[in-house]
Amino acid sequence: MIDVLKDPIAWIGDLLRTWLIGFGLLPEFVTFLLQLLTALILATAVLLLTFLLIWGERKVIARIQDRLGPNRVGPFGVFQTVADLLKLVTKELITPTGADLVPYNLAPLITVMSVVGLWAVLPLAPTVLPADINVGVLYIISIGAIGTLGILLAGLSSNNKYALLGAFRTVALMVSYSVPMVLALLVPVLLSGSMGMQTIVEAQRPIPFVLLAPVAAIIFFISSLAEVGRAPFDLLEADSEIVAGYNIEYSGLKFGMFFVAEFLHAFTISALTATLFLGGWSGPWVDLYPILGMLYFSIKTSIVYFVVIWIRGSFPRIRIDQMNSLNWKFITPVALFGLVFTAIAEKLAIQLGLGRLITHLGANALLIVLTLVALGLYARAARTKFESAAEAG
Amino acid sequence: MIPLSWYVLFSAALFCIGLYGALARRNALAILMAIELMLNAVNINLVAFWRYITPDIIVGQAFALVVFAVAASEAAVGLALIISIYRRRHTVAAEEIDMLKW
Amino acid sequence: MLSLLQIAFLVAAFLTIVSAIMVVSTPSMVHAALWLILTLAGVAVFFVLLNAGFLAVVQIAVYIDAIAIMIIIVVMLTQEATRQRIRQVSKTWWGAAIAALILFAGLIALFTQTPALAVDAPTLAMSQEALLEDLGTALVDVNRYIIPFEVASVLLLAALIGSIMVAWPLVRGKDEEVDA
Repeated sequence: MIDVLKDPIAWIGDLLRTWLIGFGLLPEFVTFLLQLLTALILATAVLLLTFLLIWGERKVIARIQDRLGPNRVGPFGVFQTVADLLKLVTKELITPTGADLVPYNLAPLITVMSVVGLWAVLPLAPTVLPADINVGVLYIISIGAIGTLGILLAGLSSNNKYALLGAFRTVALMVSYSVPMVLALLVPVLLSGSMGMQTIVEAQRPIPFVLLAPVAAIIFFISSLAEVGRAPFDLLEADSEIVAGYNIEYSGLKFGMFFVAEFLHAFTISALTATLFLGGWSGPWVDLYPILGMLYFSIKTSIVYFVVIWIRGSFPRIRIDQMNSLNWKFITPVALFGLVFTAIAEKLAIQLGLGRLITHLGANALLIVLTLVALGLYARAARTKFESAAEAG
Repeated sequence: MIPLSWYVLFSAALFCIGLYGALARRNALAILMAIELMLNAVNINLVAFWRYITPDIIVGQAFALVVFAVAASEAAVGLALIISIYRRRHTVAAEEIDMLKW
Repeated sequence: MLSLLQIAFLVAAFLTIVSAIMVVSTPSMVHAALWLILTLAGVAVFFVLLNAGFLAVVQIAVYIDAIAIMIIIVVMLTQEATRQRIRQVSKTWWGAAIAALILFAGLIALFTQTPALAVDAPTLAMSQEALLEDLGTALVDVNRYIIPFEVASVLLLAALIGSIMVAWPLVRGKDEEVDA
């Protein structure tokens, strides 16, 4: 019998299982029902969380810009999002003339699905893992990229030039930034020797991977920011350039779904960063009371999410050519070298019996120095070229 | 349990649908999609025979991974060819691309 | 009486076959690409049923995320040529249909004469984790499949360079458009 205090969720699960089997249902069917229930609860909880996220983001952004933010509906304006939702629900659902109906209506669903699907493999506590699959990291890559499909379909089917431009930008942004993201994701896989999310968190019990591979952590964070399309990478919906991008023709709840997906995706990448590089649920006394893991996990996620909002409040949007050259000329090569450096450092630490932390930190320091030297050389060459061109007139 | 013949029958049906698409469609893109269908049918066969006949040696899965790589490269080069032809000839119909040189 | 697994197989097979037929018959290229995505997802279900979970996820990552999205992009780029309702099947489509049907009939005739196909799945000796690890080592083991693995990586590199070369933008004056 599992102690209620130690692990309430498993306790409830056991209770439900014995109760349902008592009705005379087949054990396999009960397992299936419980899995369905878990998926339902998880999806609902995650979507309800968005209310809080949008409110929190608006408050923090307001503080950064020296404003008060929403403060009318409910205490500190917590229920502002509910009021906004009610307004969205009452709006008319407009379908533009010439729109391709099936993809047009499918696009918001795909976008929300891909974000909510990511939560299926995130370990919330040592004993709370919705689905334990041994290829969790690969699952994250593949489900996360389906969001690209949703945005692509939205832009393609809206029968609007701005939407199409937004979709083209999405392709350029998301497809190219998933290259460094996958390369950075390989580093935790390499360090833990597994693609299962729970094993990756277990491997971070002594030292979180952000200390072993700081470069990979930063690259993962930046490229997943781009994957989400958050500021400063929000040029797929840059309102000053292409009005609103892919979601220009959507109104009412359909627009609301894109909106929710975007905010939730930003929070999800914070959760992913916390899981893969900050140690997820690990913390003191977590073996004694597994439910504490949820607390640690949410604290770490909130810290990363705060950084995401902070970046949004501080940086201007980058241009599309800057976006492309940043990825292909800078982040991808660094990510490639980072992967090789980490692999060599891991082998060296085992072969020579050096300290793991020291070796990896040394490798990352070497990588940073080499990157800075290469950047300096590139900048000098670019300046010489610019000056000679200026002299030639 | 599911007998092996179900999988083989299913993949044969998928392959024949792909074959029909590759032979009958005019649009080069549609032909490419039909070829992807055929490659998928082959992959199902490979994995099914691995699971039912030789579960001890992993050759079926390894071969299926190579087929994935082939499918990815084929799609990349094929789509690049379609874009290139579309730029020069403003058509994607396979039967209009009958000059060997222009 | 059908077991749960058999019902899952039949439902997935039905959906996959229907969407595959839609891929080769629907006139709109965007819709064909969407049906293709459904077909590919259906094939991933079969990989799960065959205890190849890794291949199922790779199927989604490679086919849906990469190939299907590339196809939709090309549909987008070639919209002018594909959007208008031109004839989508060639004049001799009935020949293709007959060829496909004959092949299918021949395959079924072959299957009925092969008693080895009626076997049931043997129980797997290894766990899922061990299988995944075995697949990983098999691909880089000198005595096993390192040659196909390396050839596949060279092929991917060649495809990368080749597709960039082929799709390089036209240079004005150097290669003019013929029928512009």
